[in-house]
Amino acid sequence: MKKMMSVILASALAVGLLTGCGGDTKKDDAKSNVIKIGVFLPLTGDNAAGGELELRGIKLANKLHPEVLGKKVELVIADNKSDKAEAASVAARLIERDKVKVLLGSYGSSLSMAAGNIVKNSKVPAIGTSCTNPQVTANNDFYFRACFIDPFQGTVMANYAFKNGARKVAIIQEVSNDYAVGLAKFFKDAFIKLAGPDSIIEVANYQTGDKDFSAILTNIKAMHPDAIFAPGNFTESALLIKQARQLGIKAPFLGGDTWETQEFINVGGADVEGVAFSTAFDREKATTAEAKKFLDEYVKEYKGEPSALSALAYDAYLIAIDGIKRANSTDSVKIRDAIATTKDMEGVTGKTTLDKNGDPIKGAVIKTVRDGKFKYIDFVDVK
Amino acid sequence: MEFFQGFLNMSGASFAQHMVNGVSLGSLYALIAIGYTMVYGILLMINFAHGDIVMMACYFAYFGITIFHVPWYFTFIGVIVATALLGAIIERMAYRPLRDAPKNSVLISAIGASFLLENLANYLFSGRPMSFPDIPLFSQNIAIGSIKIQAISMVIPVVTIISLLVLLHIVNHTKTGMAMRAVSKDYEIARVMGINIDNVISMTFIIGSALAAIGAIMWGIRYPGITPYLGVMPGLKCFIAAVIGGIGNIKGAVLGGFILGLGEILIVAFFPDLSGYRDAFAFIVLIIILFYRPTGILGERTTEKV
Repeated sequence: MKKMMSVILASALAVGLLTGCGGDTKKDDAKSNVIKIGVFLPLTGDNAAGGELELRGIKLANKLHPEVLGKKVELVIADNKSDKAEAASVAARLIERDKVKVLLGSYGSSLSMAAGNIVKNSKVPAIGTSCTNPQVTANNDFYFRACFIDPFQGTVMANYAFKNGARKVAIIQEVSNDYAVGLAKFFKDAFIKLAGPDSIIEVANYQTGDKDFSAILTNIKAMHPDAIFAPGNFTESALLIKQARQLGIKAPFLGGDTWETQEFINVGGADVEGVAFSTAFDREKATTAEAKKFLDEYVKEYKGEPSALSALAYDAYLIAIDGIKRANSTDSVKIRDAIATTKDMEGVTGKTTLDKNGDPIKGAVIKTVRDGKFKYIDFVDVK
Repeated sequence: MEFFQGFLNMSGASFAQHMVNGVSLGSLYALIAIGYTMVYGILLMINFAHGDIVMMACYFAYFGITIFHVPWYFTFIGVIVATALLGAIIERMAYRPLRDAPKNSVLISAIGASFLLENLANYLFSGRPMSFPDIPLFSQNIAIGSIKIQAISMVIPVVTIISLLVLLHIVNHTKTGMAMRAVSKDYEIARVMGINIDNVISMTFIIGSALAAIGAIMWGIRYPGITPYLGVMPGLKCFIAAVIGGIGNIKGAVLGGFILGLGEILIVAFFPDLSGYRDAFAFIVLIIILFYRPTGILGERTTEKV
C-alpha cells in the first residue's frame, strides 16, 4: 500500500514538473510577438477589495480582447500593497524591468499620484482606473483615466443632498486620504453655493485605520445635521455608519464611489441600508454593445453582479488597446499621443472622450443599499 | 475663544455619552494592556506580537462562527484555547531559543514574530476585510434617556475587571503565580531553586494570549472589521497604556488603559478641531507622564532600562 502511494506521488510530481517546463518554453517562444501592459493595483492591504475588483475587470478585458496589432497582449500584474511608497517602486519596476508599454492603475488617487512622476519621466502612458482626484492627471501629460473626477462627483452629491431637502450638512473625512479630502472639499464648495455659507456645520477628521468614531459622532449628533457626507475607505466608512446608528443618529449618510464593494455591506450590515453614493456604472445604464458583452462574461466568469470598479478597469484596458491600435506602433510616446486623442471610444461605462487634461467626460450614477444589495437610484449626466 | 467652543456648547447628555464612549474604549485598551504588561512583568520582554495575537484570535472567531457555524459560546471557548496555544507556540519557536541571548535579540525576535503573523494572515485570509460575526445579544443597543449604549460596552468593563481580579489571584495566591514572581525577580536564582522556568514562561504566554483572545472577542464585537493589520494600532496603543500605568504592573495597565481611552474621547469632545490628531494624544500623554514618572504611574522605581 505504502509503495503504491509513493508511486502515485512520484508520478504526480513528474507530471507537475513536465507541465511546468512546458509552460516556460511556450512563453519564451512567444516573447518576440508580445506587447506588455503593466497593471499596478492594491491587491493586499486596506484597499485590497477595490484592487481585486479592478483586476477582475482588466483580466476580463484581456480575455475578450487578447490581441492588438497582431500581437498578444500580456498583462504584467503587480501589487502596490495599498502603500504610496510601494506604488511608486512597483510602477518603476514595471516600466524599467518589465518594459511595459502602457501602465494601468491604480485604485486610489494617493496610490496613482505616487506613480505620477515616474510615468512622466519615463514617458510611458498610464491610465488610471478609479482614481478620481484631479491631481492625478493635472500637469501630467502621461497620466489619463477612465473614471470621472471629484469636482464632478462632489457636485453631483451636493446637488443630490440639496434636492432631497438637506440644508445643514456635516462632513466627516478620512483626513489621511487625498481622495476623501479632495472630494469633501468639492462637495463643500458645491453645497455652499446651493445652500448658503453656513450650510456646512462641521468638518470632522479621522485617520485611515481608525476604528472608534464615537467621539466625533457624539459631537455631530448634538448639531442635528440633515445629512452627513463621509467620503473615505469602505471599511472605515462602514464602521463609522454602524457606530452612528448605534448612537441614534438618523441622518442619511452620503459618500463616494469607494463604497461600492461587497465588504462595505458585509461590515456595515443592516446599518448601511439607505446610504447614497455616486459611482460610474450600473446595469440600468449599460447601453453599449461592449457593456452587454461585459455583463454576460462577468457573470459567467465570477458569478454575481459586476461593480463600477470592474467596469472602469475594463474600460481603462480598452482605452489602452484603442490607443495602441490607432498609434499603429509599440512606441510608448506614440501610444501616448494616440490615447490623448481618444474620442467616442465605446466602453462599458459609455462612450469615452478624453479632455485636454486626460479626464473623460461622462456622467455619474447614484446608488444606495437596499436589502443587502446595491441599487440604482439616479443618473446625472454632464451638462 | 473659538478653541473652547466645544467645551462651552456641550450639553449634559452629550457629556454623559462621551463618558460612556470613553469608558468603553478605555476598558478595551485596559484588557489588552494587561496581557502586554504581564509578559513584561515576568520576562522583562515586550511581546510586540501581542497585537497580532489579538488579530489572529479575531480570525479564529470569524472562522468558528461564520464559516463553521459553531454557536458563539462554544466558539469563544475554542478561540481562547486556540489563541493560548498559538501564544505557547510562538514562545516555543521565537523566544525560548533566545532565553540566554541579550534582551535586544528577543525584542527583535518579537518584532519578527509580529511581522510573520501579519504576513501569514495576509497570505492565508487575504487583505480583504471580513466582518466579525454579529451576535445580537452583544450588539444590541440599550438606551438610557438620550444616552445610547451598546450591550458589549457594558460587558467589556465587567470582563476587564474580572480578568484583572483573576489574574491578580493567580499571580499572588497560587503556586504558579509564586513561581512567576520568582522568575520575574531573578530567573537564574529561580532555576537554581528548582523552578522549571520553561514551564513557568510557557504558562505566562498561555495566560497572556488567553487574555489577548478575550480582548480580541470584545474588540471584534465592538469594531467588527477584521483585517491582517487589525492588531497594529491597538497593539501600539495598549503598549502605551501599559507603559503609562507602569509596565509590569497589572493594576497600572488597567489604569493606563482607562486614561488613554477616556483621554482620546474627551480630547475630541472638548476640542472638535483636533479630531484628526487623536492618535497624537496618546503619544503626548506618554511623553508627559514619562517625563515626570519615568517608570509610569504605578511602576516601581528601578534603574533598569529596556
